[in-house]
Amino acid sequence: MVIIRIAKKITISLGAVISFNFCYAESIILQSTTSTKNSGFYDYVLPMIKEDTGITVNVVAVGTGQAIKNAQRCDGDVLLVHSKAAEEKFVSDGYGVKRFDLMFNDFVIVGPSDDPANISGSTDVSEALNSIASQQTPFASRGDNSGTHKAERELWKISGIDTSKGTKMWYLETGSGMGATLNIAVGKAAYVLSDRATWIKFANKQDFKIHVQGDKRLFNQYGITLINPIKCPNVKSKAGQKFVRWLLSDKGQSSIESYTVGGNQLFFPNAQ
Amino acid sequence: MLINAFNDALTLIVSADPDLIEILLLSVQVSFSALAIAGILAMPLGTILAISHFRGRKLLITFLNAMMGLPPVVVGLFVYLMLSRSGPLGILELLYTPTAMIIAQVILIIPIIASLTYQVIEELNREYKDLFLSLKISPQQAVFAYLWDARYSLFTTLLAGFGRAISEVGAVMIVGGNINHLTRIMTTAIALETSKGELSLALSLGIVLLTIALLVNAIVISIKTFAGEKGYV
Repeated sequence: MVIIRIAKKITISLGAVISFNFCYAESIILQSTTSTKNSGFYDYVLPMIKEDTGITVNVVAVGTGQAIKNAQRCDGDVLLVHSKAAEEKFVSDGYGVKRFDLMFNDFVIVGPSDDPANISGSTDVSEALNSIASQQTPFASRGDNSGTHKAERELWKISGIDTSKGTKMWYLETGSGMGATLNIAVGKAAYVLSDRATWIKFANKQDFKIHVQGDKRLFNQYGITLINPIKCPNVKSKAGQKFVRWLLSDKGQSSIESYTVGGNQLFFPNAQ
Repeated sequence: MLINAFNDALTLIVSADPDLIEILLLSVQVSFSALAIAGILAMPLGTILAISHFRGRKLLITFLNAMMGLPPVVVGLFVYLMLSRSGPLGILELLYTPTAMIIAQVILIIPIIASLTYQVIEELNREYKDLFLSLKISPQQAVFAYLWDARYSLFTTLLAGFGRAISEVGAVMIVGGNINHLTRIMTTAIALETSKGELSLALSLGIVLLTIALLVNAIVISIKTFAGEKGYV
């Protein structure tokens, strides 16, 4: 008797849980970078998309590298990340239909306000990185193959510094997301490269501030790609396409432009 | 920070913030479902291991004990690869759903419940073995009898499983995806707020979660105490 009662309860609760999966008629999964989510951008833009198109967008926010890997396994319908080379490879390998420029912002180097490497106000990112390396002041790296991590690796490379050679006690690879890495940097008084959107919205700044910005090599482009239904037959390409079109449309682009946090515009639309 | 967090937690609870309620309910729903399924599978398993003799039994017990230390991330990865659209069970379209989270938690807590059940029943077995043998009780009947007689002790076992399920983040983060209004639960929300640098809010969510855990424990302990007074244990 007890067992039957328990079994009944389980069936009811399971049914309730499973019904979650079907109550969204038209929904897509967006494999996304973290900055667009942590900055609150989706909370702002997705309700508008829902209203205009009826599509519910379920955002899975992970690093760019992981988002691309997930998309390659067909676990998503649309990809929104920020690493142009990797995205183009994703398309040319047949996983994506076509990649579009969506919007941009820039990276900044933030660090403790006492500025031990003396880089504040610099607009030359190579000079700043060289100064950090020669002073051996702590620098926190994402170390997770994300878009920001790839950009950071590239910046070290063009600055002529090999951070992988030998053990560098000052070069801290966190292997974590942007927010977690910022938390670690704040705790360790380390410099860190962040996208501006995440930094502006980040709430645990303590005495940290932006030291280096304005170098054109700090440009950060976001792209959007529909996952290829030929590779992944389960892709909801119709809804996915609607979503991509909306963001690329005049309305989508102007809504990107009008998203601000504390008076700062976080993303700058540049769809062609 | 700590005082702020307590204040925030109190405000969150008192104001019954709808987002918080949604996240909290999903947390409890997912973990209780996982607990129910894992309990039904693992308690008979633990009992059978305690009362029967077969080749490889010791090995299985050792294996289950070792699995208690299974890292949630590994379970998450395993379930993710199974449920991925390119995985063997991709056709079910279960990835990034609460059901996927339940599956991961079931796998995570079966070893805990089975191992602890085994310990409880093994002790009982010493007492009952000869009696059951003389009464010629069938193995099925014996399993039910053991589970029924040990029910109050097994509450603690289930509690351990529930504690593990409700508190883990690594597995549900991977298979659920921490999607707002769909698969966001307390632990993934805490991880998200931490990564936004909203440490005080994250901590206050932790306090809310702790309160729920305390509540569940208090209920179970009062049931046990009540049973003890009535002489059931």
